[in-house]
Amino acid sequence: MELHGRYHEMAPNVVPMDYTKDPDVKLPMQLIINMPELKENPFKERIVESFSEDGEGSLSFNDFVDMFSVLSEMAPRELKAIYAFKIYDFNTDNFICKADLEKTLNKLTREELTAEEITLVCEKVIEEADMDGDGKLGFADFENMISKAPDFLSFSFMFHI
Amino acid sequence: MSQPPPFTLHVSEDTESDNQELSPDNEGALHTSFRQLIQEQSSLAEAGTELELQERGRGHPAHLAPPDASASAWLEPGQGEQHPGDSTTLRILASMPSRTIGRSRGAIISQYYNRTARLRRRSSRPSLQQLSRAARPSLRQYDLETDPARATLEDKRSLLAKELLSLSPSQRSHMLLSVPLSLAEKRALRRELNEQRSPLGLRAHHAAAPSPCGWSKDYIALGCRHLWYRLLALLPAAQPWHYALKQIGGRFGSSVLSYFLFLKTLLMFNVFSFLILLVFVVALQAAYPPAKANQQSFTGFELLTGAGYFTHSLLYYGYYGNITLNDPSASSLSGSVAAPAAPPLPYNMPLAYLFTVGVSFFATCILLVYSMYHSFGESYRVGSSAGDLAIKVFCAWDFKVIQRRSVKLQCENICTQLKELLAERRSRSCPLSLCQRLGRVAVLLLAWVLSLSTVLGCVVAVHYFSEHMHAVQQEHRALAGSSWQREGILLVLPLTVSLLNTLMPHLYNLLATWERQDSPEVEVYMAICRNLLLKMVVLGLLCYQWLSRRVICSDEECWETCVGQDLYRFMVMDFVFTLLDTIFGELVWRLISEKRLKSKQRPEFDIARNVLELIYGQTLTWLGVLFAPLLPAVQVLKLLLLFYIKKTSLMQNCQAPSKPWQASRMRTVFITLLCFPSFLGAAVFISYTIWSVKPSETCGPFQGLETIYKSVNVWAKLLEKSSPNITWLTWLHQYLVENTFFLFFLSGVLLAVTYFNIQVVRGQQRIICLLKEQIANEGEDKIFLIHKLHSICKQKERCA
Repeated sequence: MELHGRYHEMAPNVVPMDYTKDPDVKLPMQLIINMPELKENPFKERIVESFSEDGEGSLSFNDFVDMFSVLSEMAPRELKAIYAFKIYDFNTDNFICKADLEKTLNKLTREELTAEEITLVCEKVIEEADMDGDGKLGFADFENMISKAPDFLSFSFMFHI
Repeated sequence: MSQPPPFTLHVSEDTESDNQELSPDNEGALHTSFRQLIQEQSSLAEAGTELELQERGRGHPAHLAPPDASASAWLEPGQGEQHPGDSTTLRILASMPSRTIGRSRGAIISQYYNRTARLRRRSSRPSLQQLSRAARPSLRQYDLETDPARATLEDKRSLLAKELLSLSPSQRSHMLLSVPLSLAEKRALRRELNEQRSPLGLRAHHAAAPSPCGWSKDYIALGCRHLWYRLLALLPAAQPWHYALKQIGGRFGSSVLSYFLFLKTLLMFNVFSFLILLVFVVALQAAYPPAKANQQSFTGFELLTGAGYFTHSLLYYGYYGNITLNDPSASSLSGSVAAPAAPPLPYNMPLAYLFTVGVSFFATCILLVYSMYHSFGESYRVGSSAGDLAIKVFCAWDFKVIQRRSVKLQCENICTQLKELLAERRSRSCPLSLCQRLGRVAVLLLAWVLSLSTVLGCVVAVHYFSEHMHAVQQEHRALAGSSWQREGILLVLPLTVSLLNTLMPHLYNLLATWERQDSPEVEVYMAICRNLLLKMVVLGLLCYQWLSRRVICSDEECWETCVGQDLYRFMVMDFVFTLLDTIFGELVWRLISEKRLKSKQRPEFDIARNVLELIYGQTLTWLGVLFAPLLPAVQVLKLLLLFYIKKTSLMQNCQAPSKPWQASRMRTVFITLLCFPSFLGAAVFISYTIWSVKPSETCGPFQGLETIYKSVNVWAKLLEKSSPNITWLTWLHQYLVENTFFLFFLSGVLLAVTYFNIQVVRGQQRIICLLKEQIANEGEDKIFLIHKLHSICKQKERCA
């Protein structure tokens, strides 16, 4: 069980080797975002938060396995789209609004774009992707837009273990 | 005519049991059920809405600043939401189905219950006997006794489990995989499924009215998949180069990775053809070597020229005999005294040679078309291509990249691409003047004229050069010079062609920088086109020279062996030049830029050029399979070495490309290029050789025949003579294969199928437009209803 090995080595004192009794162990976010797959990713906090049961970012082993299974090659596209939406939804209101977009852009470009450019990009993105006219992107809008770039879900949105 | 049957509509006024009478025509029932639903959801989501209200309060400052007029319709409820008195509206809005995706477990489970119920309905139509009277009879058949919105979490889970049971196993596993619940929940569901399987399994079996083939096919598919996953987990050798590919993907991203995956695919193709040829042709001829032994000794130079010791070896066509191996009549003629231990199995070498080459080509064709279909299906999307800015923001980040420097590079790349896209939008809004446009068109035309003329120039040069080399060769033969010199001369033509193939792409890159195209993708496609044109035209000329035998191999007895040797030399030279190009293009450039120029800029890994080199090498292999059956083995060795060399050079010397390349579209482009100019050209060449060219008189499996294909005719006549019952075979051969009408018919069918598919795609595009309009209308309806709700709540408060 390679994943269990990885989970264990992050905190060997806390994580038991024996999981048959289903112990209630959660690792805090600080430990998990130091993993090599996540360390340099600008969305690492959001990724860990979307998979944690309590929303705070601490992952139990089940959540950990969940995260790697969704971000693997074999997960179905609909599931990946749902979690991608969750990751980009910074204020967890089930819509990607302008604030979420601004935060995404800042993380993507490490704040290299000027404020004017950011506003322009956000407006254009909402204009392009919002289909029902409510000024923000719902899950249906997001899924429709992602389906136009099929290689994102199949190739880029995954960790290579 | 008969009267229409009497039709009475019994609509129940009973609003409590509105579960069963859920007909949209019954407006009263609809309104009351909506009210109850609201009450239900608001009481369930009480705790959730408190959190939501707090979040909305926090998130408000960002919402308050929409400047454009399109959001003014939304402004009103937006401003109204500030007041805590509108908590009713907020509560209702918070429990809308679109806001609960992925939020509460209950909502997810009910959503998936509906989805599985719909799937089940689709798979089994209800029988007409169960029709009972209603306004919408089609709704009546379905199991609407249980309303999942009212049930508790446990009931909902068991309902979902029940629905899942009634699906087929493949649908069930697919549904379970795509449910966005946590692992613990999925395990609980699976446990319930296993518990409920025995008593309900039979009922589901009856209800679904299954076709036994369908169910067993699903089980077989599932079983195979499980076995394959277990194999993959156990055998790391089943996934060769897994760690190396992970390293490459982690540092350079998906686009560079796709080059190495393409290399792996080519390796598999070659291993496959090599195995077929080995088993049916090479191994058997090796077991029965011909009478005359190999006179020449092995010197190292053969590896480069393919001549010398290799000429009379398994590598080339000339070695293979035209006799039937292990023929019982032959052994009886030789009059052996000892009786054979087992009856000897005769093996007709010429037929085996021809059929094996044909089968390996056919199998490669099928594999290619299948992978093209597969990757095309993944990458092609029906619908408009607008929306690239949104796609760039959400889909540009490659999560596989984990190294700090590469991540920083990716950020910079995305930033540059976003700025370029914005600049493009700005420039699109102010179009170029007529003068500028004319200038641009003139530059484009000039660039194309230049590249076409260079192609023509190269072809003419190769033609005259080969004639010159032929003359030199004849001189040397007359002078009886040393064998080293003679063989060295043979290498000059492949050297020149490889030199041209290596230098011209750099010239085309220069042309492209001078042209300065707007879109980098178009630039890359044009570079690929030009390079491909050059390579294919030069290969075409060489094929013509080989087959006409006026220049190359004109005075050889065994011209097929000569052509095979030439192809071997081309392959080896191609490999040598790829090596040199890697060393000089990447290693030396990096050293110079680090030591002399002191810049951190490393050379980029040029994916297009490298892929075209791979395709060129593969074309040479396919062209040469008929003349040198072991050529796929040489290509396998070459590809193995190339993988390690390219990987090492990449890791040490290169940086990721800055131009945007989409990995799936690249895969489609590579496989299409491999299929259409490359494989098709090789297939045409081989077919022409088999059908119309006279094989040599004194060597090879087809000595003395008019064309290679005549051996099949000979065999067919032999079969006819031996057993008169199989005249249908000769009839088949005569009317289907030789007659051109059948081929025209096949191409007509293919064209009809293509036209049909094009029309289907057009219809789908039209439907997509209609659906988009519908979604926009629904959005407007929603806003209108929210307004009304808001004003009703306000009125109530005022009255209260």
